Amino acid sequence: TRHLHFSKFIGKPEYDLLVIGGGSGGLACAKEAAQFGRKVAVLDYVEPSPPGTKWGLGGTCVNVGCIPKKLMHQAALLGSALKDAQHYGWNIAHPVHHNWSEMAQAVQNYVKSLNWGHRIQLQDKKVKYFNVKGSFSDPHTIRGLTKGGKETILTAEKIVIATGGRPKYPIHVAGALEYGITSDDLFWLKESPGKTLVVGASYISLECAGFLTGIGLDTTVMMRSIPLRGFDQQMASLVTEYMESYGTKFLKKCIPTKVEKLESNRLQVTWKNTDSGTEETDSFDTVMWAVGRAPDTKALNLETVGVKTNSETGKIIVDAREATSVPHIYAVGDITEGRPELTPTAIAAGKLLAQRLFGQSSELMDYDNVPTTVFTPLEYGCVGLSEEKAVQCYGSDNIEVYHAYYKPLEFTVAERDATQCYMKMVCLREREQRILGLHFIGPNAGEVIQGFALGIKCGATYPQLMKTIGIHPTCAEEITKLHITKRSGLDATVTGC
Amino acid sequence: MFQYSLILFAFSVQAHKEGNPQKLLEMNGHTAVPHSYDYDLIVIGGGSGGLAAAKEAAKYEKKVMVLDFVTPTPLGNSWGLGGTCVNVGCIPKKLMHQAALLGQALQDSRKFGWQFPEEVKHNWMTMTESVQNYIGSLNWGYRVALREKKVTYENAYGEFVQIFPLATNKRGVEKLYTAERFLIATGERPRYLGIPGDKEYCISSDDLFSLPYCPGKTLVVGASYVALECAGFLAGLGLDVTVMVRSILLRGFDQDMANKIGEYMEEHGIKFIREFVPIKVEQIEEGTPGRLKVTAKSTKGNEVIGGEYNTVLLAIGRDACTRKIGLDKVGVKINEKTGKIPVNDMEQTNVPYIYAIGDILQDRLELTPVAIQAGRLLVQRLYGGATTKCDYVNVPTTVFTPLEYGACGYSEENAIQKFGEENIEVYHSHFWPLEWTVPSRDNNKCYAKIICNIRDNERVIGFHVLGPNAGEVTQGFAAAIKCGLTKEQLDSTIGIHPVCAEVFTTLSVTKRSG
Repeated sequence: TRHLHFSKFIGKPEYDLLVIGGGSGGLACAKEAAQFGRKVAVLDYVEPSPPGTKWGLGGTCVNVGCIPKKLMHQAALLGSALKDAQHYGWNIAHPVHHNWSEMAQAVQNYVKSLNWGHRIQLQDKKVKYFNVKGSFSDPHTIRGLTKGGKETILTAEKIVIATGGRPKYPIHVAGALEYGITSDDLFWLKESPGKTLVVGASYISLECAGFLTGIGLDTTVMMRSIPLRGFDQQMASLVTEYMESYGTKFLKKCIPTKVEKLESNRLQVTWKNTDSGTEETDSFDTVMWAVGRAPDTKALNLETVGVKTNSETGKIIVDAREATSVPHIYAVGDITEGRPELTPTAIAAGKLLAQRLFGQSSELMDYDNVPTTVFTPLEYGCVGLSEEKAVQCYGSDNIEVYHAYYKPLEFTVAERDATQCYMKMVCLREREQRILGLHFIGPNAGEVIQGFALGIKCGATYPQLMKTIGIHPTCAEEITKLHITKRSGLDATVTGC
Repeated sequence: MFQYSLILFAFSVQAHKEGNPQKLLEMNGHTAVPHSYDYDLIVIGGGSGGLAAAKEAAKYEKKVMVLDFVTPTPLGNSWGLGGTCVNVGCIPKKLMHQAALLGQALQDSRKFGWQFPEEVKHNWMTMTESVQNYIGSLNWGYRVALREKKVTYENAYGEFVQIFPLATNKRGVEKLYTAERFLIATGERPRYLGIPGDKEYCISSDDLFSLPYCPGKTLVVGASYVALECAGFLAGLGLDVTVMVRSILLRGFDQDMANKIGEYMEEHGIKFIREFVPIKVEQIEEGTPGRLKVTAKSTKGNEVIGGEYNTVLLAIGRDACTRKIGLDKVGVKINEKTGKIPVNDMEQTNVPYIYAIGDILQDRLELTPVAIQAGRLLVQRLYGGATTKCDYVNVPTTVFTPLEYGACGYSEENAIQKFGEENIEVYHSHFWPLEWTVPSRDNNKCYAKIICNIRDNERVIGFHVLGPNAGEVTQGFAAAIKCGLTKEQLDSTIGIHPVCAEVFTTLSVTKRSG
């Protein structure tokens, strides 16, 4: 049904769909809607970060998230490969050195090609693109402001908000805003960040600290409490343990109190060790905050049109159809409350939304069993419930956890430590033994988990997995061989073929 | 139903070589009563299948013996306990493939900002020593595992001799063993061409992984995955490699994918000589390596060509080790042409108390995990009261060529043949791994393809991927296929970003659409 809201402009709105935010969710939604022959426009605007970093069309993932992150992670992995290669007979003369600028430029060039690619795609699909900052004037009217302050008024029948999130600054820490950077800036640095302190325990913090260590930089992670909150904690510990043995320093149970600039241009950070109660200090070239992300909903002017947000997080509240409290206004992606903050879910949600709005579909987005991977030096891939969540939902008597410590074949000749290479499958204990969660730490964790996530979508059970023959020699095959339970207390180390 | 008193004679290495049989030693506890045997189970062949079965049987507190013996290669090469996979197959193959991949990684790393002196050379001996040391540790590990599980292990060549009605021993035997049941798991060995110079001058995969010198300029004869995997890593290590192919690549595999693999290898410096077979190999110069002259004839006409190489690696196929173990004496039928043993779905030969698993089986896949699974399940049925049979359907596999190929289920041609072209839908897409962007590696070589049965809810019946870490990608999909994966379920699964495997969750273009 059409809801007629008071609009300054009487008559038919200019666009069938207006999408605010040209990131993963927004672009997917816009392009899908255009497939149905609709008149669609996308507004994308990047408010520069405090140090002044900005970027082109594509959103977080393309510019300051998944893409540059994975490329820099790859650079770090290649550093390990260089070490391994010597064991495999490659004679590399020393010294081996990493040049940040060369890597950054290559990564930035690739990202720019993606920005360009997205613009072409929008053009090809006849989606109008405006590089303006959008806000609501009224329920069907968006006011777009260019960098120079020029105003554009756009009206649309339906509006999708997909403005994502931005890194938070710990503004109560003196000097945080003036001297610190975030992931928004890290990937665009032209010069090496040097000795770096990463504050935070999120995957962003660990992934960044991980690759910085891998390319040879002196890196420290400062965590207030537990790593990877929300993830399986046993796996989170293994991830950080590996990072420690890999060379990343950890300041656990510490909170920063102030950041000052020294004459040398270095940064002096002071923090409180909550365990010992003492105050400590050290100097760094770069301090990067990775203490969480929040949406910039204030700038959207949502109160004017009545779109409800969660007062604590600022995120937009949506129902299963991605609809907000205002019937013709929807939201997808990181900005929505209670949804995973992942590119593929934003894309899928955006596409399905467009199909429901303009196609004949009634298919809703399924947010269950969404697989994900943390690209730390030793990668962690997972799908489904963490062990603690499973215990919480079903009771420890009703679940069975199969687990194994394994050693990737490639680590043997390379003489690499595989202590944290581990996997576990959380199943229901009753007859069918349906798989509730699968967790894998090791190389190429994302590649390993993807197919199994599919299996879980098909309702895979433990017996079905055991019937699956392994591919030899791979790491993934160990999943099909899991047979030691935590309950048995037996040694879970995999031995030979 | 009468039981044969099956007695197995085991010859020591010594006896075989010298041709000087020793006198019969004690027949260990043998009596004419058929119920008392030395062992519950004797396993002939200490490879993937044999060892898995033996260790499983020991769990049921059965008295088990494993006989493992490696007949040296024509060039005199031999190895320890563990079978083909551990010694001259999967393990060293993957490690050398990894060495080649690392060579590529070195090149990529420069584009990611790593700086080191230009000239990087590969040292064959360093690699081979490391690989052999690791294999040695596995051989050792197996011996320890067998000991711990109280499985008797003899490094001896096992052969059947039927005793009827009593044991009379005219042949010189070292030892004699009896068992209630036998499991043949002797695997295969590389085939030779049967041309002048092949056994004297050519090597096989049995020799390659422990070659005590760099093979140099190499001719690989064959189009099997063994040929292509070896050619692939040799080229990756910087060697000049040529592959001589009689007809098609990777017979039995999806030919669309096989051709893509061949193309990629060619584009990356490996030479292919198609539709030729060698007719003689001559030595020009001795050495490590020496120089060999290969003469080859066209399969299509009379053209004859010659070429010079340091090493010729034969990879034209493998033959089952079933002809010289006395199977005729106990009545076990084998396929006379191929040497393979036909078994029923319980891995039983035509002789009820003799079973067989692994590469020697007729109409089964020659894969380590299959042999292991079959061995374990067989033992569980024999001693554990289980009824589960080995599921040979939808067994995933991976070819570790420079561009890796993972597959599960039907090839496109088999699917068309079985279901009819109008009943299958093929979805496909090229993809560009993110890690390949920065170093500007091929953007249109990696490829994903699934084959769906339109008549059965678009069930996924074939999965094919060409790209890095193909094995890791394929494994999970194999599990999903086992759970009856459909295209709809594939589409509704969220991808992990950014990884190669996610391409399968967004396949939309069909081959049909062009």
